[in-house]
Amino acid sequence: MSNIQQINRRDFVKLFGLASSGIILGCTISSDKKEFVPQTDGKFTPNLFVQIQEDGNIILLASRSEMGQGIRTSLASAIADELEADWKYITVQQATGNAKYGNQNTDGSRSVRTLLEPMRKMGATAKAMLITAAAKKWNVEESVCKAENHFIINKNTSDTFFFGDLVVEASKVAMPAEETIKLKKVEDFKFIGKTLKSIDLKDFTHGTATYGIDVRIPNMKFAAIARCPVTFGTVKSFDSSDAEKTAGVEQVIALDRIVPPTGQFFGALGGVAVVANNTWSAFKGKLNLNIEWNYGDNHSFDTDKFKETLTARLQENGKVVPGSRGNVSAAFSNSEKIIEATYHVPFLVHAPMEVPNATAWFKGDKIEVWAPLQDPQTARAEIAHFFEIPLENVTVNVTFLGGGFGRKSKSDFVVEAVALSKKINAPVQVVWTREDDIKHSFYHATSAQYLKASFDKKGNVSGWLQRVGLPSITSSFKPISDYASGLELNQGFTNNPYDLDNFRLENVKAEAHVRIGWMRSVVHIHSGFGNNSFVDEMAFAAKKDPVQFHLDLIGKDRVTVGRSNHSFNSKRMKDVLKNTAKNAGWGKSLPENHGLGVAIHYSFYSYVATIVEVSVKDKKVKIENIWTTIDCGLVLNKDNVKNQLEGAAIFGMSLALFGKISAKDGAVEQHNFFDYQMTRMKDAPKIHIDIMDKMHEPPTGVGEPGVPVMAPAICNAIFNATGKRVRSLPLVDFGMV
Amino acid sequence: MISLSINGKSYSIETQEDMPLLWAIRDIIGLTGTKFGCGVAQCGACSILIDGTLTKSCSMPVSYGIGKQIFTIEGSSSNLEFLRKAWNDGNVPQCGYCQSGQLIAATSLLDKIEIPTDEDIDKAMSDNICRCGTYTRIRKAIHEAVELKNDAI
Ligand code: FES
Ligand code: FES
Repeated sequence: MSNIQQINRRDFVKLFGLASSGIILGCTISSDKKEFVPQTDGKFTPNLFVQIQEDGNIILLASRSEMGQGIRTSLASAIADELEADWKYITVQQATGNAKYGNQNTDGSRSVRTLLEPMRKMGATAKAMLITAAAKKWNVEESVCKAENHFIINKNTSDTFFFGDLVVEASKVAMPAEETIKLKKVEDFKFIGKTLKSIDLKDFTHGTATYGIDVRIPNMKFAAIARCPVTFGTVKSFDSSDAEKTAGVEQVIALDRIVPPTGQFFGALGGVAVVANNTWSAFKGKLNLNIEWNYGDNHSFDTDKFKETLTARLQENGKVVPGSRGNVSAAFSNSEKIIEATYHVPFLVHAPMEVPNATAWFKGDKIEVWAPLQDPQTARAEIAHFFEIPLENVTVNVTFLGGGFGRKSKSDFVVEAVALSKKINAPVQVVWTREDDIKHSFYHATSAQYLKASFDKKGNVSGWLQRVGLPSITSSFKPISDYASGLELNQGFTNNPYDLDNFRLENVKAEAHVRIGWMRSVVHIHSGFGNNSFVDEMAFAAKKDPVQFHLDLIGKDRVTVGRSNHSFNSKRMKDVLKNTAKNAGWGKSLPENHGLGVAIHYSFYSYVATIVEVSVKDKKVKIENIWTTIDCGLVLNKDNVKNQLEGAAIFGMSLALFGKISAKDGAVEQHNFFDYQMTRMKDAPKIHIDIMDKMHEPPTGVGEPGVPVMAPAICNAIFNATGKRVRSLPLVDFGMV
Repeated sequence: MISLSINGKSYSIETQEDMPLLWAIRDIIGLTGTKFGCGVAQCGACSILIDGTLTKSCSMPVSYGIGKQIFTIEGSSSNLEFLRKAWNDGNVPQCGYCQSGQLIAATSLLDKIEIPTDEDIDKAMSDNICRCGTYTRIRKAIHEAVELKNDAI
């Protein structure tokens, strides 16, 4: 819940070094619960601020990292709307990683969900104060005044006051009680739900946005780190003479692995760091190192063998997961027809365009860091913990993020930079090469799943068994976490959208031999692929139309109330599917060698349906069209939602077509974009995004829900075009791209 | 001492001749708009123009730039300005990181082909990866820039 306060000027100057004139409001937003990593519990209030200055400028201190979701723009729009501000006066400043700004983690598509109401209330509060000030000046009732486009207007006389000219007066009036604050009606929104351009466009098109890798501090060094090819391997010995002879190289330093305490933080891998006076010398020096490694326990890890192991385990019963219901065995023995299939998803890596990097300055009793971070607060707590410096002496400055997708919520690269800065007693920027990024990530887990379903005599689906094995993210925080966690299975496995009386989910053992992390849409990638591929196979077995089959399986209208305040509404799921089918012209006749495939998925409380059209020529698959509909409740910025879903479609295509991290002898085999490929312009299809008008529903996730539907929709379309089922990703492995 | 001309300005720098232009421009000269994405000519984030030719600066040594005109995202040209306007109108960038390279590649395309077709765009822009997936918007914005340019004449 929010709770708005007027801020003491001196505190404000102290906190931000900003001029303290005008109205300054702050509000407290409670930290939402974060999955997988314990919360740091600094309870500072308030933690979000808006300042209206005498020149009319409005500054919002945004608490979310920018990583391409246009979050800053969306949050500013909520304030501006309630305040009746003119968009051109709005600017946003990025908060540093500090508990006083609230939970800054940008994972889990949560930003809009948790911050919308506080933002609106702040805007409405400031407006009320401006109105009070204007009414005083005119000596009229407040009800005579209204706010419009950065002015307060006297409705009787049409006199106006510019916002800026009222702030001195307004800052002296008592803040209205929160209960008296009235928010606008959905119908009256001017910015919320409309198309707003990103407020950072100018910087993006002139190369002037400062990403982590662009940070420059006087006298800073640049460093690259050689890490053991096998996860958690250590340095046995090294010869640095060639590296030291490399022009520009200044020092070569061994870094120990920093092991995180059980249950929290990320630590750092350790290795050998090459410190230079420019990035390239550091890269080159690193290549000139001669290192002998102790490969350790993960040396024998082989992804092909691991796939076989997981697949073999699927033959036997796993642990039955809560949420299973009915009697699947009975359904199977009384069935008319049984179908079964096994699906695989390989390990994947985020590969954001900006590689992991961080600039750190260890100053003895203080530490300052500049980095592209999705979760600056965990980074801050982690630094304070490992380097034994009080939290308040650790400053984390969040830069622009050149993509994150989950990679930049793991702060290992920041810990490395701090450790190195401490050793060399100078500010240093650690830059990962692309090869480092591909070979030493927190990988999106691989998975194997077995599905079996039965039809009864009437042709209805009577039983559904699903066995899943996937290495758990928990393993990165607790050694020996050999099963997927409940939280992970709750991403589309325990809670698929289908109305099934007899449903059994079994959890199968899957150990981790690399660091496992979350990547855009996380476990939904697995559940979305398994569920939708299998439902398509069921529809074919039942000789039914796949769209109709999905609709029937979702079943009657029902609302399922879970633990969160967002309930699952089957009608909304069916509506997005019907809408997509209509947009795609489902049922129309297609050119030769073309096929349509459908997938639906519920994730981050949003409903998504996608239909993909492919053409297949000489066994090569081309994605022609993608139609996606999302129902994400109230939409803050329509064009941003569209942009996110277009991006998710391309991201999902990349993983379906090319995405695969493999390992031999414990080492990742891929290197760079030539063998970890991405969708490119020539592969990019036409993308048609539709957003359901649900402005009266609470806002739900936008950045991630577009991803899980892509791989299954593509594979189902390939089946439709060719009759060939792809049950194992990526397509490039089958010579299809 | 090496002397480079970038966006019409000349810079004298002290560095190894085999350092890729990308790092000389970013780390020695301090123009950080040109980005590092892969270092092996695979992603286009580091795209610059050298005497008007689209070049991946991560894979060309500093020595190659000597005596030539280098153009980066910090510069300005008529085509680049139309593209910037179209990028803005189409709200193209997401994280923005690849967009320096995208805009330079698109500038090079418009410098060569006045009215590019979709196929021209596929050919010219497929060396540039956008992990955020803004391709459809980039395509549209290039067409739009051509229109803006024609309207301006
Ligand atoms: S950094 Fe030069 S092409 Fe990728
Ligand atoms: S906009 Fe993020 S990589 Fe292109």
